[in-house]
Amino acid sequence: MGLMDKDGFLTTKLDTLLNWSRKNSLWPMPMGISCCAIEMMSFAGPRFDVSRFGSEVFRFSPRQSDLMIVAGTVTYKMAKVVRKIYDQMPEPKWVMSMGACASSGGMYRSYSVVQGIDLFMPVDIYVAGCPPRPENVLNALIELQKKIARNEK
Amino acid sequence: METKSKILQALENQDVSISFDDPLENDMILNMGPQHPATHGVLRLLIRLDGETILGTVPEVGYLHRGYEKMAENMTYHEYIPHTDRLDYLSPLSNNVAYVLAVEKLAGIEVPRRAQFIRVIICEMARIMSHLVAMGSTAMDIGALTVLLWGFREREKLQDIQDVFTGVRFTTSFTRIGGLAQDMSDEAIAMLKNFLDQFPEKIRDVEGLLLKNRIFIQRCEGVGVISKHDAIALGLTGPILRATGVPHDLRRDEPYLIYDEFDFDIPTYNDGDALARFYIRMEEMKESVKIIRQALEKIPKGPVNAALPKKVLSSKERIYGKMEELIHDFMLINFGINPPVGEVYQAIENSKGELGFYISSLGEGAPWRLKIHSPSFINIQALPVLLKGHLISDVVAIIGSIDPVMGEADK
Amino acid sequence: MKNIKQKLIEKLKENYGTSIESVVEFQGTLTITVSREKLKDICIFLRGDFDLYFDMCKDVIGVDYQRPDFRFEVVYNLYSIKNNFRFLLKIKLQESDLHVPSVVDIWPGVNWPEREVYDFFGIIFDGHPDLRRIYMPEDFEYFPLRKEFPLMGIPGSIPLPRK
Repeated sequence: MGLMDKDGFLTTKLDTLLNWSRKNSLWPMPMGISCCAIEMMSFAGPRFDVSRFGSEVFRFSPRQSDLMIVAGTVTYKMAKVVRKIYDQMPEPKWVMSMGACASSGGMYRSYSVVQGIDLFMPVDIYVAGCPPRPENVLNALIELQKKIARNEK
Repeated sequence: METKSKILQALENQDVSISFDDPLENDMILNMGPQHPATHGVLRLLIRLDGETILGTVPEVGYLHRGYEKMAENMTYHEYIPHTDRLDYLSPLSNNVAYVLAVEKLAGIEVPRRAQFIRVIICEMARIMSHLVAMGSTAMDIGALTVLLWGFREREKLQDIQDVFTGVRFTTSFTRIGGLAQDMSDEAIAMLKNFLDQFPEKIRDVEGLLLKNRIFIQRCEGVGVISKHDAIALGLTGPILRATGVPHDLRRDEPYLIYDEFDFDIPTYNDGDALARFYIRMEEMKESVKIIRQALEKIPKGPVNAALPKKVLSSKERIYGKMEELIHDFMLINFGINPPVGEVYQAIENSKGELGFYISSLGEGAPWRLKIHSPSFINIQALPVLLKGHLISDVVAIIGSIDPVMGEADK
Repeated sequence: MKNIKQKLIEKLKENYGTSIESVVEFQGTLTITVSREKLKDICIFLRGDFDLYFDMCKDVIGVDYQRPDFRFEVVYNLYSIKNNFRFLLKIKLQESDLHVPSVVDIWPGVNWPEREVYDFFGIIFDGHPDLRRIYMPEDFEYFPLRKEFPLMGIPGSIPLPRK
């Protein structure tokens, strides 16, 4: 975006403007499944305060949200549910895979755990840690905002 | 039964088309969860409703079944310690303690006194951490968001202490078989003392906000009542049992660690409703503060690990510096501690109730069978009894009051 | 408390002498093995006897031993609040006959633990009101905690949604 010298006009591309507004008001859909959900609550809580980055509006309804944070171990039984909720979210939508379990199955090499949610749904950003510290999740959110600004999908 | 399976079938398909002849004449079946803000994780409830009154409930668990018991059979006793953090993830420290107590009972290991004091301290810290979330989320579900934020503010302080104390903020894996990962630093003790000094006041703040609040009282009082007889028959433990007037607390009844040396009360209420369970949690936090204070006063000096090189891991400095320690470390990591043949059951009073580990050993490095007795699993079982006859809006208050953690219930 | 242990063993031996297979105490955990045929009678006795009064059955545990003489064990974790005493009651099962009488009518709290044992081992509890799988999906065909089941499961046994 560029500001012109006279008359206070702003010239920009429509895409850039849209992405700029999208990235600064990501409404997360907290898919809290297990331990990471508690760190996700800290991430939204008073100390780490995600509202500084425009994402404090946690919507439990998929219809009203555009960022899905998958926080926790996804089992085969749960995978259908996660996918269904993902399908219900309106476009454009992004997915954050929070923690080792969601990203790769983590420490659960067992018969009931899906070894990474990317086996059944697209993922935009992975966060390492078991569970990740809230700072790390904030960092992931900032990286995702950069990605949205670049108009990547 | 047949209607239910039909409904389940319908829910599986994308387009749900269930038609009743006359909606006013028929019961309605409501599906709640597994993704629902008030079910504390991935609990699913199928509720049969007549208008707004609940006629019956079928809880469905298993959406977080991670196969803990199978994994335990495929790893050594030491390797399993990090997995216990993630059982009841609101109080990871006391899960660690419960597991190592069971293994130590099996292998017959005596732990030094200082380590036992530290274990008591961390168990009570974990209880406070868990009850803070229980308190906050109960209040949030009813509509008081402030209490959740206040609870998390206090929890953050405890997590900072945990960070200094164990090196990790959340999943601690702090205990070791025969001792602890490290000693308690002076900095951690100072932080803990500071916390204890200001904590009772914060509890009073919450009490001032809620316990005279007419809305909160009306939402909780007389809701989700269970009788003493039913609670015992269903095998419930923890605050939900003590709220019916049964003073059953394993810290008193089957003293583990050194709980018999401390002076504390076991709060009980006779009402058996959601409000009584809330009161019990508040009281228990105060009792935990009392226990930690006493433990910090009485804590002796000394080692924190038992001197049993064939069972207990030594410190890294010794392993890297001494041949014998290196050999023992290699044997312990690769082949495990090989406890004698037999089976034991050891339980502790966790924040949700009785958390027990049954271990059957055939003398190998890995347990032959490890069974987790999880309090949340048993407590969720009581939901049909608790919910029956109440209104649909009371469901969240009741789930909040039994405070289930699905990581533990689903294993 | 020592009296309760002696009283329990004496009473059981007196009433059900031939059905008691073994009494073992290891590291403070008392385990009594009984025969399957008398399990229900013994449970009714333990619940109803005024001195013993085991009013809580906290858990039901299945174990797969794969021994030639028996395959499975079912362990009941019994607790008496009045006497503050706990012990493990155990039965042995052959692989050819996996039926156990359900004790839900004595202790309603074992409803879910029995379903769990069924889910993991395929042991059938006769007289259970609602014996369904509890953790695994209802159409799952295997019993995951049997020793022959691989840790990583059988690929393709539970379908994933399409990407």
